[in-house]
Amino acid sequence: MGVGLLNTIEVILNGLMTGVMYSLVALGFVLIFKASGIFNYAQGVMSLFAALTLVGFQSGQIPFAELINAVFGTDVHHFGFTMPAILATLCALAVMVLFAIIVERLILKHLVNQEPIILFMATIGLAYFLEGFGDMMWGSDIKTMDLGLPQGGSFWFEDVTKTWAAEGSDYWGMYVDVLDVIAASVAICLVIALTLFSQYTKTGRALRAVADDHQAALSVGISLRYIWVVTWAIAGLVALVAGSMWGAKSGVQFSLSLIALKALPVLMLGGFTSIPGAIVGGMMIGVGEKLFEFYVGPMVGGATENWFAYVLALVFLVFRPQGLFGDKIIERV
Amino acid sequence: MLYREAGDFKTTYADDAQTFPIAFDRWRYYAILIVAAVIIPLVIDSYWAKSIMVPFLVFSIAAMGLNILTGYCGQVSLGTGGFMAVGAYASYKLMTAFPELNIFFVVLLSGGVTALVGAAFGLPSLRIKGFYLAVATLAAQFFLVWLFNKVPWFFNYSATGQITAPERTVFGIAVTGPSVPAYASYLFCLAFVVLLAWLMRNLTRGKVGRQWMAIRDMDIAAEIIGVHPLKTKLIAFAVSSFYVGVAGALFFSVYLGAAEPTEAFGIQQSFLVLFMIIIGGLGSIFGCFAGAAFMIMLPVLLKNVMAGALGWDTTLATHFEFIIVGGLIIVFLILEPHGLAQLARLMKEKLRLWPFPH
Repeated sequence: MGVGLLNTIEVILNGLMTGVMYSLVALGFVLIFKASGIFNYAQGVMSLFAALTLVGFQSGQIPFAELINAVFGTDVHHFGFTMPAILATLCALAVMVLFAIIVERLILKHLVNQEPIILFMATIGLAYFLEGFGDMMWGSDIKTMDLGLPQGGSFWFEDVTKTWAAEGSDYWGMYVDVLDVIAASVAICLVIALTLFSQYTKTGRALRAVADDHQAALSVGISLRYIWVVTWAIAGLVALVAGSMWGAKSGVQFSLSLIALKALPVLMLGGFTSIPGAIVGGMMIGVGEKLFEFYVGPMVGGATENWFAYVLALVFLVFRPQGLFGDKIIERV
Repeated sequence: MLYREAGDFKTTYADDAQTFPIAFDRWRYYAILIVAAVIIPLVIDSYWAKSIMVPFLVFSIAAMGLNILTGYCGQVSLGTGGFMAVGAYASYKLMTAFPELNIFFVVLLSGGVTALVGAAFGLPSLRIKGFYLAVATLAAQFFLVWLFNKVPWFFNYSATGQITAPERTVFGIAVTGPSVPAYASYLFCLAFVVLLAWLMRNLTRGKVGRQWMAIRDMDIAAEIIGVHPLKTKLIAFAVSSFYVGVAGALFFSVYLGAAEPTEAFGIQQSFLVLFMIIIGGLGSIFGCFAGAAFMIMLPVLLKNVMAGALGWDTTLATHFEFIIVGGLIIVFLILEPHGLAQLARLMKEKLRLWPFPH
């Protein structure tokens, strides 16, 4: 195989990996949108918050240390012990469940039957709140996340792909980050688990019933408020997984919530109501932006990844407003 | 007792159709104009101009622009920061290409350029609706900021990639550049605010405004009764972008002086303006001012109280700002989706009846 072709394959592979990461965030959006019709803008910040909480527990940080220090004039930062990764993950998960309950109690309950756009703006408010809250709780410095996952390029894959190129050519094999592969596998496991959950458990079926028709679900005795808590808790779990993967890849910092914004064009491509759509959309965006950056980027000054996904989604939507897999939008007067 | 229609007889159609039907409102309006145009310029110092008055005026123009699009026409946009950048860069290019052109017309022309760009990005709005459109406008936000970062023509090939406003004068008094008297920058912005607010008031109560509101309330129904949806939405996008462009031009040339796109016109500006109109009130001109005043003063106030009086870290004050703003957005959407403007309206209704309960 020629070097050019191999390079393209490498770009596509890396794009697929990035795309799976986008899909991870997008999954959380789809879950909440299906269950409650809310377009949860705060999903990205939820990932950031979950990752911050995970790191905070792991390193034994004292929550609200800055605030405590400012009010009482003390100088405390850490408890002085560290938690194993598993325990910290469970604690972070508990925080996300608590968060789901609070959101339902304080926000969703009061906004039932509002227009979707009002709910959307409320989640923007929630995103702001959570951003400030997370920073105040754990501090706004960039944190590194160490979950004990391997990182860096895979030498084995590099050696294998090196042999594909023609003899004597100047080719050094493909670079594939092991962490990306792990993230992709985690994402696939998560999707399978979620599918099983929604197909075979009672709560899962109730979730699907609510997604289908709120009022019919209510009339057969499904508690909407309970379902909302469950959905937001699951979205919290997805946020935690996405946050820890992104965090391990590029550090836990504010830009994490901007990366999560990329999930929006992913959703527009895939359709807001489809879990497979989120996966396929994520991969399309991932591969698309990497290829565009590789071939067109150098001509226009690079950094096209910032906007390519949005413009692609915009152009795509003009031709198919409901996305690839979304339900057809039917409007009545 | 002063605040009622009784005894104020309207003898002409013009009287009947006026903006402020209650005499007290009219006098209050003139009083505010006099205070704003005569008294404030006499007492204003550079701290007040720089940190409160000028940003307040600039952002109320941006809020008016977004309110036309979101509050009146129902199209949510998250691209305000990007369109402000278009206004800023258009004014920079015009200022450097035509040094003789008066800055007043430069600002208006930049608004015009932004209107064209806005209309182009508004084209998909016929097919895309609701939050799909909101996300699609993110494309404008990210693409435009990237464009101004990467294409050297826009910043005249300067080495830093920054744009810096040269000195321009109105009636011999500098309004842009390094040495501007506080009252000049304030008055220059005020002129635009008054002009554009007057224009907006008259647009929204005329035919165009009613078409916008028809589209907002239900676009299919509006189409059936004869409102052309594409034309109406495009006009809304163009007019809204004109306002936002003027705001961007003023923000760069009068307020900042030098700007760099990622910092000055990032997505946080889009959200700032969106929050202004949510807190101030969707579909209300008073709401634009109330929201802009609120969102500009809150950080200043918090900084003064927390960093100044309590001696806390400024980063902590920033975190509190996020928490308070986010919390307020939610509280407003739950309790009063029509914002501060609705509170003002309720108060007026109460005042009309006072001191009798019915």
